[in-house]
Amino acid sequence: MVDYLLPRYKVLRDRDECTACGACVRACANGVHAIDEATGRLVADHAACVNCQRCVVMCPTAALAITRWPQVGAGSDNWTLEVMQDIAKQAQTGAVLLSSMGNPRDYPIYWDHLLLNASQVTNPSIDPLREPMETRVFLGSRPGMLKVNEREHAVLTPMPPQIRLDVPLMFSAMSFGSVSLNTQMALALAAKELGTYFNTGEGGLHRDLEPYADHAIVQVASGRFGVDPHYLNAGAAIEIKIGQGAKPGIGGHLPGEKINDEVSRTRMIPRGTDAISPAPHHDIYSIEDLRQLVFSLKEATLYRKPVAVKIAAVHNVAAIASGMARAGADIIVVDGFRGGTGAAPKRIRDNVGIPIELALAAVDQRLRDEGIRSTVSLVASGSIRSSADVVRAIALGADAVSIASAALIALGCHQCQDCSSGRCNWGIATQNPDLTKRLHPEAAAERVVNLVRGWTREVEEMMGGMGINAIDSLRGNRLMLRGIGLNDKELEILGVKYAGE
Amino acid sequence: MTDGQTEGAQASVSLGTSHFREANERVRAALATADVVELRDVFAQRYLGCALPAGKRLEIRGVPGNDMACYLDGGSIEVFGNAQDQIGNTMNGGSVVIHGRCGDAAGYAMRGGRIFVRDGCGWRVGIHMKQFEDRCPAIVIGGDAGSFLGEYLAGGVIVLMGSPGEYLATGMHGGVIYLREPLDPDAVPEGLVLEPVDADDRTVLADLLGEYNDHFAADLGAPVDATGEGYWRLRPASSRPYAALYAS
Repeated sequence: MVDYLLPRYKVLRDRDECTACGACVRACANGVHAIDEATGRLVADHAACVNCQRCVVMCPTAALAITRWPQVGAGSDNWTLEVMQDIAKQAQTGAVLLSSMGNPRDYPIYWDHLLLNASQVTNPSIDPLREPMETRVFLGSRPGMLKVNEREHAVLTPMPPQIRLDVPLMFSAMSFGSVSLNTQMALALAAKELGTYFNTGEGGLHRDLEPYADHAIVQVASGRFGVDPHYLNAGAAIEIKIGQGAKPGIGGHLPGEKINDEVSRTRMIPRGTDAISPAPHHDIYSIEDLRQLVFSLKEATLYRKPVAVKIAAVHNVAAIASGMARAGADIIVVDGFRGGTGAAPKRIRDNVGIPIELALAAVDQRLRDEGIRSTVSLVASGSIRSSADVVRAIALGADAVSIASAALIALGCHQCQDCSSGRCNWGIATQNPDLTKRLHPEAAAERVVNLVRGWTREVEEMMGGMGINAIDSLRGNRLMLRGIGLNDKELEILGVKYAGE
Repeated sequence: MTDGQTEGAQASVSLGTSHFREANERVRAALATADVVELRDVFAQRYLGCALPAGKRLEIRGVPGNDMACYLDGGSIEVFGNAQDQIGNTMNGGSVVIHGRCGDAAGYAMRGGRIFVRDGCGWRVGIHMKQFEDRCPAIVIGGDAGSFLGEYLAGGVIVLMGSPGEYLATGMHGGVIYLREPLDPDAVPEGLVLEPVDADDRTVLADLLGEYNDHFAADLGAPVDATGEGYWRLRPASSRPYAALYAS
């Protein structure tokens, strides 16, 4: 069958600058660059380029740039070149289109329609450089009331287990298998340094990460890979993964070629076979069933670990979250539709789920209306891009946020959306040892620590500007937000006033 | 005997209608000093034997509740009666013996140890069992099974002496299911192969059926035929059933 597909990108090489040193050839696992033996000149296989920009960054003479393939569509805004290319690909393969990372489509980004407040004249602003700012948060369930012995300054009510975050963000779940061990190690090192947590994802806890287990949230997903009593008790908290923003309603599928010896040992499955996570947990068909799993994990850990339940943001997210709280979840994690993934069917990634901003506001409001918001913690994820998004998420009702795409970008990810190929030139979404060694855990961790330190400083600045000195005072404080360019329904769901009101 | 009374390495605990959290605390307390604990008057308390380690044993009289033997870690549990739903959830190793029938979702994602059920079982039993290195989980069912037996099976062994329900082994991509009753050729799911057992299979079957007889021959009045003769083997044609499903 003749291949009708066009290249997506074109490699631009400045012949005046290029010294034919071959750095680009070595940089590219997709085999885009090659030295033509007859002429000694570098040539490019444009169709193999995924625009990961590794060669651009590594070129010592800045001779490279990647541009879109210059072919235009036929002038239709409906039958765009991308739509037609997808059809051609499926006509040739009969396959489900696979993609990676988060939903790239042009849906509204509500973060960018929410403006932050600052104090003027009254309630003076606070300078975080001179005055203490509290960025610590605790995640876990909270008792309905506290009994205190005032004479002895002692709390009598037994406190449920909680985890302490020194910064109001964690790293979202990314399994060993979907990302490299060096990536997980970098996030583990960063989590320890920052006083926060990384999340194992559903691929088990590699033995090299056990020294960082007190900064790990261990995940239990439908495939139960790597789950045993040791694993459950190793982490600081347990997360039941029901769903993921990038692919709500879909299970996981780590192809056999990514199951090498180390991934096999960590997941406790044979090398080379597909690791298939069923779409649902087949033991969870109801809130009551979820409660059974939550409490089985609490029994297995003697009630010493908070249990989180993670769902994708979908249509009835508020009612589902209420059920989760009543099922005994200590932490509710809601992941919006722009959250990333190592692999998802493209049509699912691009069309299923709802934005985290609307889901978060709806969940927080519902839990407050039902009088149970204070008994659980709420974590939001699914494309938190900056410290301003962190502040907005907390003001909309989150106790903390989780980041993954932003953390990977700090490690070198350029969002080329080709994770599923296993040829990540940045050493992140691959198990190829020639590629994974490109990511040095300590150096990579330093980038992540720098990012989070910078964000935390900015969060303090923004809170200080509002006259607020603790995350606790920002949480659910929607008066600190105003909408811009939103309709009445959007304002109602977000629970914010319009700018000027 | 009441709580705390031990006789050598044995103890006995009466659960009555206590809440599962209290019941399990008492069971754990008894197991701290005794290797074998008898539970009497069990009234559907959940999670009994949760993560029970090797060297420990529970003997259960009454009806244990859902999720018995979850995360079982080498321990041994024998139930003198029926069991409810989801025994052996994510079981890592050990042994579960049911002198009766069990409910739905037994052996979910188990990766080691053995479950013997004298009679039949409910739906969705043996879903996503998996094996790793020397750990090869096994479930032996003496009677009929409900629908979806062995769904997503990724490893291990299921032996069924009675009839399977509908949707047997859908999505199976590893392991093996031994059936005493042959399937109609049209009933063999796509991607799976049904064939007569060979000598290696009969060795596996003789071991598992022999242990079944050790547990239940007295209950049944006679042992079942443990030679493995006449059984059928259901296995996946490929461990990569979805390799050609995607294009990126």
